Amino acid sequence: MKKLPKTDVVVIGLGWAGSIIANELADEGLDVIGIERGPWRDTARDFNIGTVTDELRYVMREELMLRTRQNTCTMRNNPSQTALPMRTWGSFHPGNGTGGAGNHWAGITFRFQPHEFQLKSHLTERYGADAMPAELTLQDWGTTWEEMEPHYMQFERVAGTSGYAGNLNGEKRAGGNPFEGPRSGDYPTPPLRQPYGPTLFAQAAKEMGYQPFPVPSSLVSEAYTNPYGVTMGPCTFCGFCTNYGCANYSKASAITTVLPALMRKENFTAYTNCEVLEVLTDSSGKKATGVTYVDSSGDTWEQPADLVIVAAFTFENVRLMLLSHIGEAYDPVTNKGTTGRNYAYQTANNVTLFFDDKNFNPFIGAGAVGMGIDEFNNDNFDHSGLGFFGGGSIRVTPIGSAPIGYRPLPPGTPKWGSKWKRALKDNYLSTMSIGCEASSYTTRTNYLSLDPNYKDPHGRPLLRITFDFAQNDLKMAQYCTGKVAEIAKSINPREMIVKPMTGHWSSVPYQSSHVVGGFVMGADPSTSSVNKHLQVWDVPNLFVVGASAFPQNPGYNPTGTVGALAFKAAHAIRTWYLKRPGEMITA
Amino acid sequence: MKTLNALSAALLLVASVGSQAQPEYDQYARGSYLATLGDCTACHTTDAKQPYAGGVKINTPFGVLAGANITPDRETGIGDWSYDDFRRAMTEGIGHNGKRLYGAMPFTAYTKMSERDLQDLWAWIQTLQPIHHEVETNQLPFPFNIRTSLIAWNWLNFDKGTFVPDAKKSAEWNRGAYLVQGLGHCGTCHTSKNFLGGDKDDRFLSGSVVEGWYAPNLGADAHTGLGKWTQEDIVSYLRTGVNRYAIASGPMADAVRHSTQYWRDEDLRAVATFLKEGKTHDEEVPQPLAASDDRMKLGAQIYEAKCSACHSPGGRGERNIFPQLAANPLINQPDATSLIRVVSAGSRGVDTDARPTAPAMPAFSGVLDDEQIAAVLTYVRNSWGNAAAPVSASDVKDVKDDMK
Repeated sequence: MKKLPKTDVVVIGLGWAGSIIANELADEGLDVIGIERGPWRDTARDFNIGTVTDELRYVMREELMLRTRQNTCTMRNNPSQTALPMRTWGSFHPGNGTGGAGNHWAGITFRFQPHEFQLKSHLTERYGADAMPAELTLQDWGTTWEEMEPHYMQFERVAGTSGYAGNLNGEKRAGGNPFEGPRSGDYPTPPLRQPYGPTLFAQAAKEMGYQPFPVPSSLVSEAYTNPYGVTMGPCTFCGFCTNYGCANYSKASAITTVLPALMRKENFTAYTNCEVLEVLTDSSGKKATGVTYVDSSGDTWEQPADLVIVAAFTFENVRLMLLSHIGEAYDPVTNKGTTGRNYAYQTANNVTLFFDDKNFNPFIGAGAVGMGIDEFNNDNFDHSGLGFFGGGSIRVTPIGSAPIGYRPLPPGTPKWGSKWKRALKDNYLSTMSIGCEASSYTTRTNYLSLDPNYKDPHGRPLLRITFDFAQNDLKMAQYCTGKVAEIAKSINPREMIVKPMTGHWSSVPYQSSHVVGGFVMGADPSTSSVNKHLQVWDVPNLFVVGASAFPQNPGYNPTGTVGALAFKAAHAIRTWYLKRPGEMITA
Repeated sequence: MKTLNALSAALLLVASVGSQAQPEYDQYARGSYLATLGDCTACHTTDAKQPYAGGVKINTPFGVLAGANITPDRETGIGDWSYDDFRRAMTEGIGHNGKRLYGAMPFTAYTKMSERDLQDLWAWIQTLQPIHHEVETNQLPFPFNIRTSLIAWNWLNFDKGTFVPDAKKSAEWNRGAYLVQGLGHCGTCHTSKNFLGGDKDDRFLSGSVVEGWYAPNLGADAHTGLGKWTQEDIVSYLRTGVNRYAIASGPMADAVRHSTQYWRDEDLRAVATFLKEGKTHDEEVPQPLAASDDRMKLGAQIYEAKCSACHSPGGRGERNIFPQLAANPLINQPDATSLIRVVSAGSRGVDTDARPTAPAMPAFSGVLDDEQIAAVLTYVRNSWGNAAAPVSASDVKDVKDDMK
């Protein structure tokens, strides 16, 4: 192993979080090296309009995703089982390459609500300690809405997020989301124009007394130049969005908003196709000294650094900490240890509506265009006596009916033959669906650990996921999907399929890439891994940033909060850490 | 260039900390800026790690020339030159030991430089790191490789003489004229050439084909020149590489990247003032083709399917990222070389400190044949306020053949 010259900062992962922090710290004048396990990607070269609309390549063959041959996970539903490796991605899609999962995301950019950051305290105060289901291990984040808000704003301004504020500096505005926390500024770009499906849903929801709003979206609605001088073009609703890179410079990702500015800085260097093996610490274990990584030729290098930022995907953040023996590995039997603790997911529910007399032109779509309601999300409704906590974001977001995958078939359709063809033809244009992206609350036996049996090509254990849906979440799914069905029914479809999440978690059908937790933030080192600045307890020069820090998952998409946490960590480093390097921030 | 700017900034800091004036540093800083104005790096730097060591190949209609090593290396650079040698090279095209320089070295423009600017630039050159790098500058075939032929060439094509200000014009205009005609050497690309490769003086900045691109008309013509560009459009283009009509591409992308983005605001404004008062080249504005023309009908279909997602229906474009095509003088150039090139081979716009996006136009030669490319360009050149000669499939083929 060869040792490279020391640098000020090494950042692991050049997706959203890593690119944002690398850029902020480069602006601080530090020498920053970013290490990315996947290839270099940029819009001009990789997401050409002539080649990007290729469903076989990007959806079926998962071009933008991590190769499972390079690294994968094992999965089981509970600690009594032996986990098996995922050899193709199913349930979720870890990204790869510069931009990371931010290239293939949908673009939905919610902020979490103020009460989420003190969820346990809030629910205890509102419903009493006895109301908390025994299986749940909910936690406060150790931070507040007031501390988060400026960083949400920073992220939205970089991403050009489109939407309509429902709460501007405490003033409620009709047409926006009445449940959002007070915003210090409006969305940088106005809401996208809405296709027919979302319009129909919003009308029905309104008639039932709900308050629909345009889903906040980091697909810009008009040409937008962000604070770094990087310009995005308006979304054209091409329908090749989720799972694809954007050819129109419309979908915000690190490659369309941050890296063009970052790559110009002479004190920043990116190493691509380089996989970090370990975060190194000194003999005390209290100081990170750098990382080791293996390059595309198979050579291993040591990159020493004064400050180490781990900003890979949730799974790899946690796995690297376990492999590097940072923090104590969580043990569900003793309930001790924090690394791997409080892993959560997202509870995906859905209602499909079949009509005879409507044309939704479903090929018009975008990952994040749509209308939603939040009356049944999180703690926006009274949970007294319901026997569960949490809820979901109910919305219609037509992502585009891709030619291979989109098969809207009513119940009872044969699996093949002329009747199958007839049903597909009859329903292709006239089907819509209402989704409910719901919360996932943590339990003692849902956690991440190193697999004892399966290893990656470098001989390191794979990450093992132990997860099943909490009973709390399955009850919530029934309740919220029932509410969705009421709205659906009011639109008078010919027939509908009501599909709340039921049974055990399966790793096979795609549900959501919103995997969170495992290295969570908080105020108490016995139940959290990082403080509110994303600084690792007892290793002050190590910051671990990403959705791995979420103590549980609300009924929202995570990326807006991942971006805000990245800015929050960078702010803490610039404001406090660099004044007293090597010490825990006390601010 | 960035390294140099960082160095300048560091030295400026030193200069401002010191209590006394630093005439030597001031002269170095002026010279460094003059090198930026002249974009010396364009022809004299091949490898950023070896600045000004020469070797950039310049394709002329007569053959290949290469930029010389202008570092003070005694054997391969200009280390044994005197100031007078330098001055003569810059203003007369005659180098050390009487060796004549080809017009690709734009001494026909640099002859306008003031004595003080020449001294400052020379002082800066003395500070460069000497780099041993042999460059064969003259790679022309016979008979063009005979340098004595340049005596006759100069007699026909070269007017020696320092810039003489026009007392009737403002100081700003005169500064702009000095920059455009002198160090900026805009005419090297934008002035059409006679059969000897010399500038047609009466066609100054009227547009010309250079290295497979059409350097457009910079005259005051509304239809094909800068008549409709505001002063701000010109400044924005040179400062950021982007304005409502264009994102700098091809050779101009290099000029913006290495040179004009670093020009001082007052110099960019002076250039804009001078260009806005430039002469017209009496372009006759043609009538646009009728929408019923078969080429127009085919072109409209292709435009809607392949182009309108970015450039918008109606060619209105998107600010700072997808250039407006409607009523755009660049679309109306008499020669469609650049347009054919950009559509068939694609192009990546310039990245600048102010506008780092560098959006790309994809290549369409894989999905459109020559006739289709000709049709869509004919359509764009004759729609939404544009009017220009139709493009034929053979025009497309010629440009594509040249690129091979």
